[in-house]
Amino acid sequence: MIRIRDQKDQAAFVELFRHFAPRVKGFLMRSGLEASLAEECAQEAMATVWHKAYLFDPSRASVATWVFTIARNKKIDALRKQKRPEPEDLAWGPEEEPDQADMLVLQEETQTLGAALAALPAKQRELIEKAYFGDLSHSEIADQTGLPLGTIKSRIRLALERLRHSMKQK
Amino acid sequence: MIAHHLTPDLMMAYSAGTLPEAFNLIVATHLSLCIPCRAEAESYDALGGEILESSEMSALSDSCLSEVLGMICEDPAPETATTPEEDPVFPAPLMDYVGGRLEDVNWRPVGMGVKQAILATSPEATARLLYIPAGTAVPDHGHRGTELTLVLKGAFADAGGRFARGDIEIATEETDHMPIADMAEDCICLAVTDAPLRFKGLLPRLAQPFLKI
Repeated sequence: MIRIRDQKDQAAFVELFRHFAPRVKGFLMRSGLEASLAEECAQEAMATVWHKAYLFDPSRASVATWVFTIARNKKIDALRKQKRPEPEDLAWGPEEEPDQADMLVLQEETQTLGAALAALPAKQRELIEKAYFGDLSHSEIADQTGLPLGTIKSRIRLALERLRHSMKQK
Repeated sequence: MIAHHLTPDLMMAYSAGTLPEAFNLIVATHLSLCIPCRAEAESYDALGGEILESSEMSALSDSCLSEVLGMICEDPAPETATTPEEDPVFPAPLMDYVGGRLEDVNWRPVGMGVKQAILATSPEATARLLYIPAGTAVPDHGHRGTELTLVLKGAFADAGGRFARGDIEIATEETDHMPIADMAEDCICLAVTDAPLRFKGLLPRLAQPFLKI
């Protein structure tokens, strides 16, 4: 992803495409898009990954997270014909190189999160997937007391530290 | 200091992209004001990323990659230059929907000095700005669905506590409440409902169809 961002490296893009495009299509089909529309959206999402590569910040999000947010917005656009209001950009401190240590911690945390998700009992995992595929409304999510939100607790702490740190540099 | 936050279900649904547009708007506005909730919302995006990573792969058509390679060779649509306009009351996502600042709001009186402005969103839920004069009470009401109220200016209090800028009150079917604005200052809120409110008195109920609330 960094090669795509910094060197506009097409070979790196093809590699990323082969990994993510079929997953994005599968994800969108599970969310209720019919196959040809899902493929079209996946194409648009991957093109956006290329065009918006300069916005990718590896100390803030993993590549999978970043591709997910782009695919999610395409899905809202396709299913609901809506744009998605995004939070205001934070007034970050002076542009700095992403902190190498932050990147490593985030990488580790992403692996932990993935492992925690994989280790969940099938029923709980299915519940989370249903929430992301749009099979549960927010009030249904709230009713699911079995939802293992503890899985992401440490990720939240990490994100909070990073945000507070960046705000202080203002 | 923000004391009343979003709930995990709302942030998860915001991240999944399954909320009605009006709910997305109030979540994005709260996240603009609240660092802890922003951190939590970003973490739900990370969870989404992991779900995507472990999603079943779906076979692509033969021309899929070459078409995308064609798309990336084209110049991207020029970015619309975003003017970093700011408003002390409305965070950026709300300014988008208002189409300007506080002074640009097209208020309509709804009685007792209370004013509202309905914002254009998809019809599954309604987003409105409320202007409650200092010391004024909004009629006691219950809800059929969920009502979220985010304070942008001033403060109000009801059975759920005191709510000031950035605080969000989440009222469900069971909640009956009568918010009263602080004496010190007029109160401006963003309120989102996914079902019409139920007022207790006869008069407000008669007025309901006209007020679109």
